[in-house]
This record gives sequence, structure tokens and C-alpha cells, in this order.
Amino acid sequence: MSADSPESPDAGSSSTGSRTAIHRAEDRTGDPLVSVRDLKKHYPVSDGLLSRSKSYVKAVDGVSFDIFPGETFAVVGESGCGKTTLGKTVARLYGATDGTLTFDGRDVTELEGKQLRQLRRDVQVVYQDPSSSLNPRRRIGNIIREPLDVHDVGTKAQRRDRVAELLRMVDLPVEFRHRYPNALSGGQKQRVAIARAIAVEPKFVVLDEPTSALDVSVQAKVISLLADLQDELGLTYLLISHDLSLVKNVADRIGVMYLGNFMEVADSRALFQNPLNPYTEQLLSAIPVIESHEQSLKPTAVEVQGETPDPQNPPSGCPFNPRCHRRFDACDAVEPELVEVEPGHLTRCLHTPGEKREEVIQALPDGVSFEDRDGTLTD
Amino acid sequence: MTGSLLDVHDLSVSFDTYEGRHDVLDGVDLTVNEGETVALVGETGCGKSVTARSIMGTLPRPPGDITSGEIRYDGEDLLADEAAHERVKGDEMSMIFQDPMTYLSPVYPVGSMMADVATYSGGKDASWWEILKNLLGHRADREAIRERSVELLDRMRIPDPEGTLDRYPVELSGGMRQRVIIAMALINEPDFLIADEPTTALDVTVQNQILDLLRERVEERDLSMLYITHNLGVAREIADRICIMYAGEIVEVGRTEDIFDAPLHPYTRGLLESIPKLTGFEGTGIDGQIPDYTDPPSGCRFHPRCPAAMEGTCDVEPVEEYAVGDDRTVACHLYEDGMDFDDAAAIAADEATYRDEDVQPAEAGVGGER
Repeated sequence: MSADSPESPDAGSSSTGSRTAIHRAEDRTGDPLVSVRDLKKHYPVSDGLLSRSKSYVKAVDGVSFDIFPGETFAVVGESGCGKTTLGKTVARLYGATDGTLTFDGRDVTELEGKQLRQLRRDVQVVYQDPSSSLNPRRRIGNIIREPLDVHDVGTKAQRRDRVAELLRMVDLPVEFRHRYPNALSGGQKQRVAIARAIAVEPKFVVLDEPTSALDVSVQAKVISLLADLQDELGLTYLLISHDLSLVKNVADRIGVMYLGNFMEVADSRALFQNPLNPYTEQLLSAIPVIESHEQSLKPTAVEVQGETPDPQNPPSGCPFNPRCHRRFDACDAVEPELVEVEPGHLTRCLHTPGEKREEVIQALPDGVSFEDRDGTLTD
Repeated sequence: MTGSLLDVHDLSVSFDTYEGRHDVLDGVDLTVNEGETVALVGETGCGKSVTARSIMGTLPRPPGDITSGEIRYDGEDLLADEAAHERVKGDEMSMIFQDPMTYLSPVYPVGSMMADVATYSGGKDASWWEILKNLLGHRADREAIRERSVELLDRMRIPDPEGTLDRYPVELSGGMRQRVIIAMALINEPDFLIADEPTTALDVTVQNQILDLLRERVEERDLSMLYITHNLGVAREIADRICIMYAGEIVEVGRTEDIFDAPLHPYTRGLLESIPKLTGFEGTGIDGQIPDYTDPPSGCRFHPRCPAAMEGTCDVEPVEEYAVGDDRTVACHLYEDGMDFDDAAAIAADEATYRDEDVQPAEAGVGGER
């Protein structure tokens, strides 16, 4: 990784700005860089001072996925679905409640102290709002240099040169090192945050809504910068976003999250062409589009009902059943599991019940067979 | 649609701060016809909310200062006659805000806030005795107001409207709060609604529900609406006409479908290209950033960021609004007043493009927003 660190100052212009996600998906061979198995993160909620019982918000509840080197894996979902918690847990900023997290073939779930610090060199995070993730009292140069200091990289002079190089890599003038964050625009601040994240040459970067605080004209530039850096440095991204149009264009694979779990995981193209889960259908049909031929790429309009339920008190059975337009009688009785329907395309829905088929049939009322379950649709 | 209901003409607003005088709005012209929904679209800091606040008469003055212009509502100049402004903003206009939690009081139940809006808006005088009686729950038309509130909440498809009246805002979800805000805005049966980014804080699925409801209510009562947003996709869903705003100036006005089919102003074109779409995404973006209002660029305020800027013209001569084709105006030196629409569209395709020959598409993403 450190051997092929780009030296050329105009490296940013050498690679392609627009890119297709699909070519990457094909060379997804070998071992995953990040492997998450049954990851859980539960937050205790106190029910009052005198209460002994503790309830939990299951922000992340049994999520499994792999991210392969050089890939962008996106997690999309509505606010409160647990996507940020997932990102922070995968970056080891939060300790997991349960499950395992493997990075580069090594179990890192329980790492502590020095070893955890080693991991931090490989895993970095870019946050949503650069105004709050950059210390307003430090100069840009110091902000970017901090990870180098922490990890004791090179000599003082080398660090200074590296800061200049990093500023060039994110297309900012080198003089900016003497400025404070408040003298920069939102897009420039986000570039600084990106420079800080790539300073220690990580392999894996968690991007937590990196552009949602930015205006569209600036967002486009930050996105293409991230794509360029990925190509140059061979970075692997976990992109957390609520913007489906954006995700479609930059992610190789997408996980659709709802109440702490994935409802559907698929290659970007497959997810948009053939959404299998009703929740994905609702999300896609709700995207406000700006071109008339985009309209044809959305699934037929389904009326979206209700809002995300209270995560402290999730519905029984399928978490999505109260809002689902394909709900049938077994949905509030049996909890569906993530089933691989086509290679690489997983969905969590009783319409594709997998091993739970027997259970689903049993939960149906008398006289209704699994085959005519669509006939029992409730409104 | 008969005549214009709201007519903003040549509105200029400045703010005095320690850094100097910010000339934020610069000759804004804006018309909303009866029964029409107009979207005012622009990026952060372009003056959308200042425009809305000037119309609503809630601009803090000082530091704000309306230096010129008129705001005519139904023919009456509101800036000239403060009493008329008070009356109009109470009886005939209502505003819906972006973040319901900021505009709902956390310590009153929904029903009590709705009743207050119904009783006190429009600058009506109330004696301390009445206020005390109202506070103690002996409001004169208590039952009537409650009935009206229930009906409105029901219309906004809030489950259990009766029960909701007695709940506090924290007990409601984001989408429900926004529905309450809309119901509250409708309680005095206004003719004109100003919606300031009402769905920005919401998820896409909920945003869709709110937009549908808002559209239904607007059609049902034949309301006129000024809808402020930064999201062109949302504007496309709700508006009949769109005004694109940049740095305190309206740069382009047209019917919604025309704006999306053939954007003319280079800023509009850049904005549309910058949005990731389901069909693809070039990621061009627009170089530079919104100018400093203490020293806005001379000539056209967009010229430092414009790919088609002509030296000697755009940086010197102030732009005027040119009518192009019918029902379309654009403030850009590329076009001439009274130009045929097809000619203008040809110019737009030729000149106002963000991928010039000397820059490879691959490099278009580089440059930064300096």
C-alpha cells in the first residue's frame, strides 16, 4: 500500500471521473477485505431510575456482509435505521454487542490498545458534517497532520511535505494549510476531512453521508474526487447514504437497511433493475427524479404508508410488515430471513421464504395455501 | 388562473453586520398567480428564505433592511402599508417551516397550539382577561375550534386525530409533526401558503406522503403557494412554475416542464447536470462557490463560475431579465429580449455547457470549488 503511494501532484486529473460500477463487481474474487458476521449493536435504554428491567434499542441486529478490496459497498436506509451505527461499529469506533468483524483476514472484534491503534491506520472515517468534524481552533495543516503525528509517520519534515501532497490530492491550494476551517466553504472543508482520512494511507474508508451536508453543485465534485482517490489509492469504501440516485451511480453493491437489518443486498444494477423486496420498491418509487426518462427506471408507483416504527418497540414478524404493500397473513407471525435468491442477490421477505417455507405455511390461516398468498393481501 | 395574487417587484434586501453591508437580494421579481404553485429553487445562502421572510413580514429589521421594491398582494402594496401587511399575513397568508420541532412548542399539546393560532393570528387584539380565560381552557369558541382542528388533522391523514390534539410534539414522529404544522397553517383558511423547505428534514418515503397531502389540500381549496426548496426533484413534483435563484437574483423563470426540458441559464444547466440521476451521473458540478455578499461580483453575479462568461460583457454589464419565447424569462447575456425560444435553446446547447472541448470529460471533476 505504501509502496504505490502517488507522488505526482496532478494525480487527480489522471484517472476517470465517471465510472461504471459493474466492472468492479466482476473481479470480486479472492478474500474479502472486511467481513462482518451476525454483527449486533444494542443500546440499553433506561426505563426510569427505579426500574430494574432494561430495554434495548437494537440499532444493528445481526447484520452479515463482505466487502471486497477496491469495492464500494453502500448502505442505504431512512433515518434511524441504524446505518450510521453500523458504519461506526464496522470502523471499530463502537464495540460490537455481538458478532464478529474480520479485517484483512484477522478477527478485530476484540482488539484493544496498541493493536487497535494499528487497525486505525487501515480504517478511517469521513463524517457527514465537516463543520463539526473539523476542530475550529486548529489550522487545516495541523488537522491533516494529526493522524500522521498520532501514528508517528516519518520525520517532521516528511510530515509537512505529506500535508502539502495531501492538499494537492484533494485539489486544494497548499496555502490552505495556514487557514482555519471557518475560512473554508462546505465543500472545501469536506475535502480537508477527506485528506485527513487518507493521510495514513488506509485501506478502508467509511464514508458516512459524505455529501448530504453539501449543495448539489459541490456534491458532484466531492463525489468525483472520492471516485478518483479510490482508483488511485485502491481504497475500499463503505458508503452510508440515504440518496438512492447517488448510490446507484457510485456503489458496486448496495445493502438496503431497515430497523437494524438488511432487507435486500444486491449488485447496484440488479437492485435497481429488479428490486425483490417491497421496502426497496417503496424506496425506489419515492425518489424524486428530474428527468422524464428516469421515471421509467423506477418501479410502478406504490403508495408508501406510515413511517419507521419506534426501534425500541419493533413490530413482530417482518419488521416492515405494518407499512408493506405486499403484506399477507403470515407476515406479522414469522420473521423472514435473508435468502439468496440469485447469485449475490439477497432479500428478506416471506414472499421468498427459503427454509422458512414450512413455518410460513403453518402461520397462514386455515383454507389459505402458500401459493395463493397474494390473494390474501391486506390493505 | 386569473391575474397575479402575489407580485414581488424589484425587491432588494441588505443586512448590516460587522463585516459590512451584505447586499443579499438584488432586484428580485416574483409573481404567483391565483391557484398556482410556484417553486423558488436555489442552493444554500442564495436568499430563498430572505425572500419568504420579506413577504411574510418576519424579516428581522435591523439588521435586515429592505432598500427597494414592492410586495403587492392582491394589488395592495404591503411594504408601504404596515397595517395592511399585518392583516394580510394573519388572515390570508400562512407559512410552513422546515423543521417542525423548532416551530412547535415542546410544552403545549398540539390542540392548544392550534387553538392559539386560530384565536390570535392576524394581529387581533385580545384583552388580558380573554387571554387568561383562554389559558384556563374557557375559550369562547372552544368546541368549534376543536372540531375544526380534528377535521384538519383527519384531512392530513393523521390516525386518531382526537387523541393527537392532546399529545405533545415529542410524542409524534417527524412526518406527523410536519402534518400538524400543515394543518395549523390551514386553520385560518388562508389563500396563500409559503412553504419553506417543508420536506427537507424528512425521509424520501415520508416526503412523498407529505407532498401528496400538500398538493391535495392546495387543489381542494384552490390555494396559491410559494414553495421554497433546494431540491429540483421536489420542485418538479409540486410546482406549476419554477424560479431559479442564484446569489440573490432570480436567474430563470419558466413552466416546470420547460425548465427541465430545456434549461437556458448556465446556472440552471449546471445545477441539473450536478444531480445524480438514475440514468447516470457525470459528476461535473459547478466550479467556485456562492459569492461574498459584501462584495458581489459586478455585472452578472454568476459570471465568475460561468463556463460561458464573456469577458467585457458579463463582468461589466448588469443583467436584465429577458423574455424568451412565451412564459419564460432568463437573466443571462447569452440571450436577447424577445428571442425565439428555439434559437435560445440552440444557444444554450452550444454555449452554456460544462464540458468544453479543452477539458476531457475525465478531468471535469477536478478543479475544486475554489
